[in-house]
Amino acid sequence: MRVSQCPDGGPLLVRGAQTWLDDDGTLHEVRRPVVAVCQCSRSQRMPWCDGTHKFVRPDAPEPGG
Amino acid sequence: MTHLPSPRGPLSRWVLGAFAEADRPSLPRLPAATAVLSDGDFQLALWLLYELHYRGFDGVEADLEWDPDLIAARRQLEAPFEAALRALPSPLDTTGPDEDVSVRLTRLIDADPSGELAPYLQRAASREEFLDFLRSRSIYHLKESDPQSFLLPRLSGGAKVALAELQYDEYGAGDPDFLHQELFADALRACGLSADYGSYLDETDALTLANNNAMSLFALNRRLRGAAMGHLAAFEATSSVPCRRIAAGADRLGLPAAAARYYDEHVEADAAHEQVAILDICGRAAAAEPELADDMLFGASVCLELDRLAAEDLLERWRSGPSLSDEMPRVVA
Repeated sequence: MRVSQCPDGGPLLVRGAQTWLDDDGTLHEVRRPVVAVCQCSRSQRMPWCDGTHKFVRPDAPEPGG
Repeated sequence: MTHLPSPRGPLSRWVLGAFAEADRPSLPRLPAATAVLSDGDFQLALWLLYELHYRGFDGVEADLEWDPDLIAARRQLEAPFEAALRALPSPLDTTGPDEDVSVRLTRLIDADPSGELAPYLQRAASREEFLDFLRSRSIYHLKESDPQSFLLPRLSGGAKVALAELQYDEYGAGDPDFLHQELFADALRACGLSADYGSYLDETDALTLANNNAMSLFALNRRLRGAAMGHLAAFEATSSVPCRRIAAGADRLGLPAAAARYYDEHVEADAAHEQVAILDICGRAAAAEPELADDMLFGASVCLELDRLAAEDLLERWRSGPSLSDEMPRVVA
């Protein structure tokens, strides 16, 4: 499995995974050659990125974006 | 294969005639480059010529794909078409000193105002309007990702690997049930529409055809491979969030699950494809061939601008034509 972090608060790109273990300990099946894993915690499709990080600006009041 | 559409004017009539008859008059006079994007006759003529390189038409000789008259006509149409695309405004001037192309692409895409079409489909569109949207998009989604397959042999090294990775996912990642073209065909059929390729060609507007033709122009001309990569990057990067909204609209209207499923699939897929296209396809290709960077920005601008124009056109059609909806909001919430 290969993992790379995208810039600008974007997702982790994960290649070659069969499954992905999220922070709650739930195992998710992966059926794509490359998946984007949410890093901003705002996705409505957790654990997968849905593009929401683009609306989380670095100067947004909410911490941890 | 596709049924031939009806002609819309002298150029598409010429192409349809040339498909049937080897003895051909000279190509009719072309409209000015400033007019070609919204000229349905011009765009249909070019679409017909490009289609010979994809799946062809019922009753049209496959060998016409490389007919010198038709290739010559295609090039004559491509010149003003490319000029018109290059004259389109860009959402942002990104000419900067040696900046990384991925950063420039991201800035350009972020500067594009998010359109009104996806929020309208999510919250307000009638069932008929939603089905109209599916019909209009069918011209592309039933051959989704096929233009970009022509790009593969034009790339090398890391950019080629990244495009192959993206295309593999578009083509179902080894599972025919997930072929994106087929997911869209399922959505059409479930909604009672025709999933035959090209069924709605006669009602497809000029800008939707132009959007489709731009992908073929970029993918079938090696010198425009930079534009093809940039177009793909912008296309993927403006897909995930709208697809989430459109899927919600399909659920709101109680459409069959296959309609939302197609858009749902693209929320997750395109969130990854966006990164692959911007960082790995464009980034690696521009590292190897820096002279392609400006055309990547050009291709991305074309994608954003044509998508915006086609969406405005569709919304305007719904607002002005009372036939499709009983509620006709003039202002999109």
